Amino acid sequence: MSLRTPLGRVRGLGSAKEGTAHWWAQRLTAIALVPLVIWFAVSLIMLTGADHEAVTAWLGDPAAAVFMLLLILAGFHHAQLGMQVVIEDYVHAEWLKIALVTAVKFAAVALGIGAAFSVLKLALGG
Amino acid sequence: MAEFALPANSKIRKGKDHAAPDGAGRPKKFRIYRWDPDSDETPRIDSFTVDLDDCGPMVLDAVIKIKNEVDSTLTFRRSCREGVCGSCAMNVDGTNTLACTRFIDDIRGDVKVYPLPHMKVVKDLVPDLTDAYAQYAAIEPWLKTETPAPPDAERLQSPADREKLDGLWECILCFCCTTSCPSYWWNGDRYLGPAALLQANRWIADSRDEHTGERLDALEDPFRLYRCHTIMNCTKACPKDLNPARAIGAIKQRMVARR
Repeated sequence: MSLRTPLGRVRGLGSAKEGTAHWWAQRLTAIALVPLVIWFAVSLIMLTGADHEAVTAWLGDPAAAVFMLLLILAGFHHAQLGMQVVIEDYVHAEWLKIALVTAVKFAAVALGIGAAFSVLKLALGG
Repeated sequence: MAEFALPANSKIRKGKDHAAPDGAGRPKKFRIYRWDPDSDETPRIDSFTVDLDDCGPMVLDAVIKIKNEVDSTLTFRRSCREGVCGSCAMNVDGTNTLACTRFIDDIRGDVKVYPLPHMKVVKDLVPDLTDAYAQYAAIEPWLKTETPAPPDAERLQSPADREKLDGLWECILCFCCTTSCPSYWWNGDRYLGPAALLQANRWIADSRDEHTGERLDALEDPFRLYRCHTIMNCTKACPKDLNPARAIGAIKQRMVARR
């Protein structure tokens, strides 16, 4: 049992003096994802049943490739920001929280770069 | 990590059943949470059937009547019985509210009365608000200035600036909002909760205060402020019809405005 005063407990280690950048980035990526996801969904529907050659030709269009890269950047950034919040909400063991947030961030970077590389490979005719 | 087994006191037993008085014209059953820290028993739900023809219109009237006439050990907080002190905040019919401003007739079926959710219980309907009060103290709810007040007058504020405090100053600190917030349930040790944040905004929005920046510094934290995910339970629960979610939104706007 702690004999610390309630005010001492609440003040704890003090304010982290951050969090606004995280919150704001989550909003900005959310706004960016609205048109990008609509564009991506429409593109996928139009490519229904298309073969590898047709998809390569579609990604060969610079506009499509740039939109794809933007979607990957905004999507993975938004996903890891959101996952961090979910983990911080629900996981209360400090070591597990840090481990999970780290894993999510590593996974987002690895998958994002993997996806971007795939787009570039197709778009630049690899 | 998540705990899957509930604590022993989460198991609630069926308690005593107090029947309606003879010749009751309009019997209404109240199912009230009871827990006595001095006994080893788990909490129970006692039933009291009250004759509404012989009782005031509010839930608090019935609870007081039960204490006076049926079971004097029933424990709860109350003071003003007209919605300005915030003492009788409890969970009535599944919603946090003030028992003194909730009409019995608005409730269909039995009236379920529980203490505010997810707080430690002192006894029966009395929650332990120690941490919530400390969180209120932590936002330093007083005017902070460097400029001394004029020697012969009060600090002036224009009517337009005074209006910016409407919707904030009316908070009576009943903590109906804070204890309805899932984010506060999961992280109440670090998240300040809607009541303390609405109060923080009451001083941030005050044109006479000269420590706005320091106040924002103290709140800028992933847990203290940004655990708010705009769930809006706070605004739904507030018995004074205030909007803590909007107040928290106003703080976040200022955080972005100063970047």
